[in-house]
Amino acid sequence: AEVRRVPAMLSLDFLDDVRRMNKRQLYYQVLNFGMIVSSALMIWKGLMVVTGSESPIVVVLSGSMEPAFHRGDLLFLTNRIEDPIRVGEIVVFRIEGREIPIVHRVLKIHEKQNGDIKFLTKGDNNAVDDRGLYKRGQHWLEKKDVVGRARGFVPYIGIVTILMNDYPKFKYAVLFLLGLFVLVHRE
Amino acid sequence: LRKNVEDFTGPRERSDLGFVTFDITADILNGKTSIFDWNVKQLFLYLSAEYSTKNNALNQVVLWDKIMLRGDNPRLFLKDMKSKYFFFDDGNGLKGNRNVTLTLSWNVVPNAGILPLVTGSGHVSVPFPDTYETTKSY
Repeated sequence: AEVRRVPAMLSLDFLDDVRRMNKRQLYYQVLNFGMIVSSALMIWKGLMVVTGSESPIVVVLSGSMEPAFHRGDLLFLTNRIEDPIRVGEIVVFRIEGREIPIVHRVLKIHEKQNGDIKFLTKGDNNAVDDRGLYKRGQHWLEKKDVVGRARGFVPYIGIVTILMNDYPKFKYAVLFLLGLFVLVHRE
Repeated sequence: LRKNVEDFTGPRERSDLGFVTFDITADILNGKTSIFDWNVKQLFLYLSAEYSTKNNALNQVVLWDKIMLRGDNPRLFLKDMKSKYFFFDDGNGLKGNRNVTLTLSWNVVPNAGILPLVTGSGHVSVPFPDTYETTKSY
């Protein structure tokens, strides 16, 4: 009786099948991942359109608005041109030449008939107004400096982004885990 | 009370500086229940002056503010308060201005959620005199 080599060949074929199936599944999971990323980007762009702000969600970085907002709180902004800037509002603004936006309250406004407005801000927790923070020679803020007006907030959640910023290793760990989760998750 | 002085924090020109003394009696209640419900962390109260001038169609200046935390006494009974912040005009629009309105407003800061700005129902008109004060101390 001859010993057939079929079982050995079969097992090799089986491995090929598995390898082929895994490749197809891998492609599928990568596409899945791409779809999730695209959807997330679309939602973010959609938020930008609806709120009119280039940065509809921001994280509070300093304690200058305590006890209302603390480091790590998340703020939801709108920047509709139709909404006039009035005292008491919490605005997020950027000083020319500086990257990091600031969240403070409007203290004074002077608005002309044609809508041109200049205003002064101050952090609730600061003793003085923000004139010292503005650019050299700049005494007022204008509409163009505004990123948005704070309309709502959620506490604490933004701490994750601050951690990711201050500890890059943490950021890579989070991204790695996220990627792993999406690729492995069967859906 | 009004004085014409140099504005040291702004551009180097003479602008009107207003001095206001005020009393505030307020009861921060929402009908029968307190406005401090489970989701209200604090109120940011501010007294603002609103007026028009030749230079600017609308001016708003915060004169005084206060943070009222949940648990603080919701009744305000302040007398003879001086403004916390300098009441500078952008120009000379305070002299003889009869239509300066003081309003008390507040920003409700929740534990989480929407940040509304509420304006109190009372407001007071503060007419400024036609002349400058030069000698009175503040």
